[in-house]
Amino acid sequence: MKERLVSLQNAALAELEDVANPQELNEVRVQYLGKKGALTEILRGMGQLSAEERPVIGQLANDVRAAIEGALAELQTKFDAEETNRRLAQEKIDVTLAGRAPETGTLHPLNWVIQQVEDIFVGMGYIVAEGPEVERDYYNFEALNLPKNHPARDMQDSFYITDEILLRTHTSPVQVRTMEKMHGEVPVKIICPGKVYRRDNDDATHSHMFTQIEGLVIDKNVRMSDLKGTLLQFVQEMFGPETQIRLRPSFFPFTEPSAEVDVTCCMCKGNGCRVCKQSGWLEILGSGMVHPRVLEMAGYDPNEYTGFAFGMGVERIAMLKYGVDDIRHFYTNDLRFLRQFAHD
Amino acid sequence: MNVSFQWLQDYVDLNGVDPKELAEKITRSGIEVDSVKARSEGISGVVIGHVVEREKHPDADKLSVTKVDVGGPELLQIVCGASNVAAGQNVPIAMIGAVLPGDFKIKKSKLRGVESQGMICSANELGIPEKFLSKTQKEGILVLPADAPIGSDALEYLGLNDQVLEFDLTPNRSDCLSMWGCAFEVAALLEKPVKLPHVVIHEDTTERASDLIQVSIEDAAPCLHYSARIIRDVVVKPSPQWMQNRLVAAGIRPISNVVDITNYVLLEYGQPLHAFDLSKLKHGEINVRYARSGEAFVTLDGVTRELDESMMVISDGFDAVALGGVMGGQDTEVNESTNQILLESARFDGGTVRLTSKKLGLRSESSVRFEKEVDPARVRLALDRAAALLAQYAGGRVISGVVETFKDENDRVLADVDSARRIHISNEKINLTLGTNLSSDEIAVIWSRLQFKAELHGEHWEVCVPSRRNDIRLAIDLIEEVARLYGYDRIPTSFIVGKTTTGALTNEQIIRRRLRGQLAAQGWHEVLTYSLTEPKTMQAFPVAGKHGVVTLAMPMSEERSVLRHSIIPALIEAAQYNRNRQLDDVRIFEVGHVFLGTENANNALPNEQLMLGLLWTGSKSPRHWSGKPQAIDFFDFKGQLETLFEKLGLTGLIWESSVREGFHPGRTAQVSVKIGEGVDVLGTIGQLHPDQQRAMDLSDTYVAELSVSVVVEAARRGVQFQALPKYPAISRDMALVLDRSVSVDTVIRETKALVGDLVESIRVFDVYEDEKLGRDKRSVAFSLLYRVPERTLTDEEVSQRHFGMVEKLNERFGAVLRA
Repeated sequence: MKERLVSLQNAALAELEDVANPQELNEVRVQYLGKKGALTEILRGMGQLSAEERPVIGQLANDVRAAIEGALAELQTKFDAEETNRRLAQEKIDVTLAGRAPETGTLHPLNWVIQQVEDIFVGMGYIVAEGPEVERDYYNFEALNLPKNHPARDMQDSFYITDEILLRTHTSPVQVRTMEKMHGEVPVKIICPGKVYRRDNDDATHSHMFTQIEGLVIDKNVRMSDLKGTLLQFVQEMFGPETQIRLRPSFFPFTEPSAEVDVTCCMCKGNGCRVCKQSGWLEILGSGMVHPRVLEMAGYDPNEYTGFAFGMGVERIAMLKYGVDDIRHFYTNDLRFLRQFAHD
Repeated sequence: MNVSFQWLQDYVDLNGVDPKELAEKITRSGIEVDSVKARSEGISGVVIGHVVEREKHPDADKLSVTKVDVGGPELLQIVCGASNVAAGQNVPIAMIGAVLPGDFKIKKSKLRGVESQGMICSANELGIPEKFLSKTQKEGILVLPADAPIGSDALEYLGLNDQVLEFDLTPNRSDCLSMWGCAFEVAALLEKPVKLPHVVIHEDTTERASDLIQVSIEDAAPCLHYSARIIRDVVVKPSPQWMQNRLVAAGIRPISNVVDITNYVLLEYGQPLHAFDLSKLKHGEINVRYARSGEAFVTLDGVTRELDESMMVISDGFDAVALGGVMGGQDTEVNESTNQILLESARFDGGTVRLTSKKLGLRSESSVRFEKEVDPARVRLALDRAAALLAQYAGGRVISGVVETFKDENDRVLADVDSARRIHISNEKINLTLGTNLSSDEIAVIWSRLQFKAELHGEHWEVCVPSRRNDIRLAIDLIEEVARLYGYDRIPTSFIVGKTTTGALTNEQIIRRRLRGQLAAQGWHEVLTYSLTEPKTMQAFPVAGKHGVVTLAMPMSEERSVLRHSIIPALIEAAQYNRNRQLDDVRIFEVGHVFLGTENANNALPNEQLMLGLLWTGSKSPRHWSGKPQAIDFFDFKGQLETLFEKLGLTGLIWESSVREGFHPGRTAQVSVKIGEGVDVLGTIGQLHPDQQRAMDLSDTYVAELSVSVVVEAARRGVQFQALPKYPAISRDMALVLDRSVSVDTVIRETKALVGDLVESIRVFDVYEDEKLGRDKRSVAFSLLYRVPERTLTDEEVSQRHFGMVEKLNERFGAVLRA
């Protein structure tokens, strides 16, 4: 029996030397180690062995099996490696081809700017107030110290629907409505974004519909220096920590003193360039201390309370921030324009 | 207001002041100076010459050969092409080496064989714009007055060596619509005194104006002060050159001495004046009254205007002779034959003038000033100034006395030169408002720069504001003056001291941001379109409410005449725009207001609703090398919305087949959402009607319009954790043959009602249509997952419920289990 086992091992190992592929390997495995294989066949005779012989032969049989299995495994590994190599060669792709990217969507740049401005002011303790785009003459003009036939109404030629109802020319009516709702409570700290309308012919710098953001603060002891501090903080967050502001006296019927606010040109950092017409400054905001008449009409005693207000054109800021040269781009909705704002 | 630098020097010492630096200073303290222009930009080497001889050119009919005296030792021979050149004229000569606008250099030359040593210039060649020239000046060389000094600099003579500052005045600073006002402003900035004109009138006391003319204001007419003088023996001729120069610098065309003087004083004092030809005032009377309805009147510009009862006219007792404060009449106009005039200086109500000028579309230098209210104290001063100038430059004889009348006693008081407003203000108020720490001394300096008289009583000022500063009426107006003269730059920077507030977005604002952000994340592009649109495009998507569209009273164009009641047409327009540029895949959305008319449109605001509009056309994903692009269908579109709704926490959505104008009747759904006990309609989603698509040249296009307020109401934020299932589920599939008219949603809802307590989810995994199933039949395969949270279900109980349910579906819908 011992001899049979040894010769079986030799035969198996010899046969394995000629094995060329996994199928043949399997045939050899079945032939020698299968349920009906040669080794099983031999081991069936184990019963006839003596008690002394049995462990010896048993041990030998295990060694034979291990030797054959070892050889089989070695070949299997080799064939597996070959198979893997073949697959890898086959499966090579050109990784430089484009991926299957879903379309990247975008937020409209104007809304994106509004969002940034809102976030800065929310961080400073403001809430965002909104109101109707079609307004009453009272809220749009009268309550803002612009009585009927006031010459300053010419500054904002408007679209009327009836004598008393018009498309708002600024977001200031939201301020009036908010003050009314507060019934004289303070502090008022709001920021009001929204669409506004003026009788302008659309061209590269004018749009009959455009977007504004205004802010309003009312409290005891609000000073013009607070307005300066607030605006400085805002522009530094919006345009970078080096940004400075410059106030110039101006006129708005609803504020006094009033100021136009220039900021350091974001293109040239104040050195002078084409965009700022070599001045180093860009005009981006109108502002001022809330006019006592406006406070009074909204139910605040101007002797007790003061406030400041400011407003900016969103298009203007977006044009400066992104270098857009024509305001109409914002309303034409050319996908090639919109897609550029995917990564702002 | 165009301010001549040279003219300004009459009132304020500007020695050593650079016009550009002055402009910057003015801009930084409240009046924006838009430009500083040198009138002689690009011109040099032009002198005044005298034409001594003029001969015809031997070889050219249209040319003349002249001999010109330019004050040098020899006469210059100059060839000239102008037809009006003649011997004896004084003319501007561009000498050899001179430069004219457009970098035109004058060289010695030969014209048709005759040498020319320079050029005789037209006004236009000297850079004087055509609109300031008379007809003859436009056609030929500029003929200068006989007293023009020969050999001297023509630019200086013509005032072209001047600089003009263009003031962009805000409505409150109408005081600077006059040189007078500008002088005070500049003087305050430079801390210098103001020199005002010294007016002396030599009246002819042999006659009294009040004997010659009566002046009256009809009770209600909005004329506050009317004053007049009579000047006889005027000789109408051109005004002196210096005056013409100043008018041109300010932007007014010189006409004649009389008219020019009224305009000159208008510019100088800011007080409009009018000169009537006295002999044409038929009734020896001036009466200010309202116009009669339909009254016709021919203004100076020759246009016949129809007046109404809101307008004010000056009449001669019968007929209108001027449109008060706006324009004079043709019939009483001063011309060459005029020899006596009635000079008017009045104060008309600004509102009335503004309304008249607006109604007639007629703005004039006068109306612009009256609209903003003129200084009551300057009415008579201006009258006297003009009378003195008429005596000096038109040879006039000023008849003694001013004829005047006032609307009421208060107006008479206001006309008194000394009447000033008194305003009280404390140092504390100034400093608290500005955040400054100014002392009484610092503030006193500012009052004195403004030339406001002020008295300090302890910490309180009493400030006398002269009537020239009409804009200063309240304490806050004085604070602004302090701020701007102190310098906005010097106001410190501080932070609000009051109570700290928490800033936050409202729930609605957060959800709106999520909605927009989510759509962008899903590959949608946000657009913004105009609210104003044309009625035609709106008609394809009729307004749902019965009160119709909101229309502008006076639109600028038909294109922008109504407010949109739907966002969809604008999205279609945007899609077309992109398709026309080979951008075929368009996936856009907008969150914006639509406007619905209300019953009481005259008094009520329209119903403004915030809507989400979406449009998708083209293919599912960008074209890729790995395969053909796949066109989108309804379910791609719906899936996008389902993802959005899930992200926003909307549940209990109900989709129903729907018909809406402009939409494909078989591919349109109304989607609603359960809110509390009720159901609210979110909106419509569907394919555009094929007719629409054809008309717009679009391929299959899907659109939706949803109410943002309903989305906000239905949206849920925050999460409540649900325990994970502990027990296994049992899955059962069923394929039902159904009538096509039975919607899957109905079946699912019925199924849920029948087995709801056991079933965890129901999903459709196949829809199959085949003739063999029968006409109008289809097979829908459902996969049901049965599970309860508290125990393992047995096969038997699931089967019992499942098949029981199938039987009920059969009864309810005739649904047959497909073999």
